[in-house]
Amino acid sequence: MARFIVRRLLIAIPVLLLVSLMSFAVIWLVPGDPASVFLDAGATPEQLAQVRHRLGLDEPFYLQMIAWYGRILHGDLGQSILLNRGVAAAIVERLPVTLSLTGLALVFASVMGVVAGLLAAMRHASWTDQSIMVLALVGLSVPEFWFGLMMIFAFAVRLHWFPAGDFVPLTQSFVGWWRSMAMPAFTLAAVQMGFIARMTRSAMLEVLGQDFIRTADSKGLPWSVVVTRHGLPNALVPILTVIGIVTGGLLGGAVVIEQVFSLPGVGRLVIGAVLSRDFPVIQGTLLFVAVIYLLINLVVDVLYAVVDPRVRLE
Amino acid sequence: MHNRSFVLGVSLVLFVALVAIFADVLAPYDPLRSNFRTRFVAPNAEHWFGTDHFGRDLLSRVIYGGRVSLTIGFFVVLVTGIAGTAIGAIAGYFRRLDNPLMRLMDALMAFPAILLAIVISAVLGASIVNVVIALSIATSPHTARIVRGSVLVVREMEYVEAGRALGASELRLLFGHVLINALAPLIVRLTYVFAIAILAEAVLSYIGVGPPPPTPTFGNIIAGERDFMETAPWTMIFPGLAIVISVLGLNLLGDGLRDVLDPRMKL
Repeated sequence: MARFIVRRLLIAIPVLLLVSLMSFAVIWLVPGDPASVFLDAGATPEQLAQVRHRLGLDEPFYLQMIAWYGRILHGDLGQSILLNRGVAAAIVERLPVTLSLTGLALVFASVMGVVAGLLAAMRHASWTDQSIMVLALVGLSVPEFWFGLMMIFAFAVRLHWFPAGDFVPLTQSFVGWWRSMAMPAFTLAAVQMGFIARMTRSAMLEVLGQDFIRTADSKGLPWSVVVTRHGLPNALVPILTVIGIVTGGLLGGAVVIEQVFSLPGVGRLVIGAVLSRDFPVIQGTLLFVAVIYLLINLVVDVLYAVVDPRVRLE
Repeated sequence: MHNRSFVLGVSLVLFVALVAIFADVLAPYDPLRSNFRTRFVAPNAEHWFGTDHFGRDLLSRVIYGGRVSLTIGFFVVLVTGIAGTAIGAIAGYFRRLDNPLMRLMDALMAFPAILLAIVISAVLGASIVNVVIALSIATSPHTARIVRGSVLVVREMEYVEAGRALGASELRLLFGHVLINALAPLIVRLTYVFAIAILAEAVLSYIGVGPPPPTPTFGNIIAGERDFMETAPWTMIFPGLAIVISVLGLNLLGDGLRDVLDPRMKL
């Protein structure tokens, strides 16, 4: 098991190097002089040179890269231009919001998606199955930001069941946290739930057609026990795969949902930086999010090996 | 059941495409003309979808917005189709390039696609062309991975070996024998890419890094009216439903094509 994890970590290294290169290279995409973005048209060449120096753009690109790698290895993601503080500090400060949002959404999406998929598979080709699949497909077709706006309109503006915006940290009050998080997390989960439900259903249908299920059924076990004890464990690998993919989707979706619900998370930080061209923040957050995503993939791969011992031996 | 949903998908896609193509004929008003005497008219016989805060007819804006959004989607499919196929085919067929190319794709896929698209579109400068570029960069890696996967299977087939034994050139083998037989998953994927592109364009416009107003797109109609949600909810509801119908149609079509073309991928 340890060898499996080490090998998996080694494979991740080149990807990690590329990811950090790409995060940095975003600034090279700016048409013309990136420094001019921060100044108005009347800026003097001295002012331009000063900004360029501050961004390190007056160095040759390989020196820029070496400086960047040197800094990120020390956990220093640079200084924000507009927030007047370190990028890493800004991310850490906003992380609890994003973690709450994606964590809660992941719980919603996994539990509801797996239950819906199980129900659909157990009642295959029935009315329940068809309505769950239609619902899942419609869920996949709804833009999450629009669904969020509709939720705000229905449950905050009209019914006043939930407040719109105003994040309450979990450490402050559980009820307040729940009230501020339930709606955004559900919105974020709604789309991804469809993926999980569809994958759970098809994986379960495949397993339920196997001989050992027929054996378990014919020896007189209740159907619910057959499904949960013999069926579900054998369908776990594809379900885990899709939950891993969904977690990536949740990270991306959180960027948008935080914007819709005015939640002060990492997503809002990066959107604010994108709109104001605060490049150190953009570069730092891109790198941070990508590393988190790679870590999630790593965890999912290790979970495969836990669930299915054959993976370890491969 | 599958047949029925496939037919529904085809019908929805055809409907949306025809409305976009014949926007000039179908739209009852000029989508850009504002009229302050008709601000926030609720849906009625004259304005089926109501009007927005400039007094512009919402139905006309949704129809023209659909044209822009679908055009963006179409070009994203085109660029992704070409780039994804090229990268996937090269990686799958010329094995020495496999590792470097696919690690590059892995790295691109480590960024959430929507975040990548937002950043690229914003940095390049908001315009229709840059939205297409940004979305294509975000959707190509996964497409390349799919093409590579099927090329890897097909290149080991006996008919490819037979072609090689008959002296066919590597390029001829790649295009004439391998790629043609690796097409099915690509077509399915590109249908989903179309759906993803429409959803993503709406998000980009909503964030403010999509095609700039006054050009209507599905996304920036919603973005432009979001402050008036309370007084004029119809300005949110109808463009959103237009997105849902377009994307649902494409998803149904994709599911149907997958069942027909590639039974192994059945969900």
